[in-house]
Amino acid sequence: MSIPVRLPSALAAQAGGNRKLDAEGATVGAVLNHVVERFPSVGPRLRDPSGELYPFVTVYLNDQDIRFSDGFATVVHEGDEVVIVPAVAGG
Amino acid sequence: MTTTVAPETLTPFPLACSNCGVPHTSDRPAAICLECLGPLEVVYPADRVLPDRDTIAARPRTLWRYREWLPFEGSPVAAKDTGWTPLQEAPRVAQALGVRRAWLKLDTLSNPTLSFKDRVVTTAINAVRAFGLDAIGCASTGNLANAVAAAAAREGIPAWIFVPHDLELAKLVGTLVYGPHLVRVRGTYDDVNRLCAQLADEYPWGIANVNLRAYYGEGSKTMAFEIVEQLRWQLPTAVIAPMAGGSLVTKLRKGFGEFLAAGLVDGALPRIYGAQATGCSPIVKLFERGSGGIVPEIPSTIARSLAIGNPADGLAASRVLRETNGGAAAVSDDEIRDAIRELASLTGVFGETAAGVTYAGAKALARRGALGPDDDVVICLTGNGLKTAEALHADLDGVPTINPRLREVEALVN
Repeated sequence: MSIPVRLPSALAAQAGGNRKLDAEGATVGAVLNHVVERFPSVGPRLRDPSGELYPFVTVYLNDQDIRFSDGFATVVHEGDEVVIVPAVAGG
Repeated sequence: MTTTVAPETLTPFPLACSNCGVPHTSDRPAAICLECLGPLEVVYPADRVLPDRDTIAARPRTLWRYREWLPFEGSPVAAKDTGWTPLQEAPRVAQALGVRRAWLKLDTLSNPTLSFKDRVVTTAINAVRAFGLDAIGCASTGNLANAVAAAAAREGIPAWIFVPHDLELAKLVGTLVYGPHLVRVRGTYDDVNRLCAQLADEYPWGIANVNLRAYYGEGSKTMAFEIVEQLRWQLPTAVIAPMAGGSLVTKLRKGFGEFLAAGLVDGALPRIYGAQATGCSPIVKLFERGSGGIVPEIPSTIARSLAIGNPADGLAASRVLRETNGGAAAVSDDEIRDAIRELASLTGVFGETAAGVTYAGAKALARRGALGPDDDVVICLTGNGLKTAEALHADLDGVPTINPRLREVEALVN
């Protein structure tokens, strides 16, 4: 299953300039791992050394922060979109 | 007396990553480091000349009297008259809390939009001018929307303002009146914030709390500077502030620290306390857990201006509370309403729901012994009660309605 992944411009620089990619996977984590296989330098900007979500990004499945679902284990379906957004905004 | 009018020029200080230290080299403002995605912060020139007390005291009573600690070289070009809100001593509050002395920092009276967000918008709107951006925008729980809309109107530049669809009436009308592009978004503030983080990537706007964030946040420090100067160059022992995104407590800490480092004041850094509503208290919970990161929440509280479930500066705020030997308190909606009423009855100050959170938090901290008889306490009241009058609307049910007849008043008096 192919799922579109939207990247912020800062991360697109690590992904061949792509702001939107298609990636394969059954969960959010698997989809992102597929992105990282193609663009390895994206990896350490998404997950910290222990595999947890890097503190400076937030990952959404459609409009939902994946921390309100099952995190990287959240299951994706046809028509879903994974969106990565910098986490520094707020206040 | 002749005066020389200096040319109005403004150059923003550069940015660097607070995580990895890499300088930001683009000539456009940004929120995040291109290397590691960490937050960018302003880098001040190490050799800049700082003023002494007398020099500051002789300047106009605006937040620009502290301009050496604000993130620009040169003279401000917009919002030149914000700041210097009253610091009002509150002996009846001191008595109620059981502390030596208490003061209220009244950003409830901030010029022009009656909340502390005028401070941060002052630096943000100057950054918009300095960078020559097309428009200003923000994601807001209400007060920032009011402040951005007013500043943009005064400067004659377009504003794009995104808010949760169900904000209080006064927050919506108090934004719309200035003529911005106001957009109500179905969702929570955190949804709005995510949208604005994406918009900052798509449009050539200065979004106050996204790509202008490093400049915007520095405006909050002026609350600490004013407190010190208004206490005649003394530090309080404790300061209590509300927490939404968590930025304000970190900037209070930075402001007090900068005045200590500059030798403008002596003594110990105040203990800094943060208050949230129980219905949205991710920073208080993180502080109480003592480790780990923010666990986001879906907010549910009448304190809409603090209803940020995924606070960007939550981790930094929690560290400030710990490092200053301060603390945190969460209070219920009923406590918030009671605190608004009590604050008004003891001081003549009508604060918004966030002020209710802060005063109720102060009471909770006093009850648990965190504040005591040796304390000189400043309570930061960040927004005006007229903005959230709905919170006490039900109180009108107990108010008598009469015909204009003397005997009906007599019946009430007796």
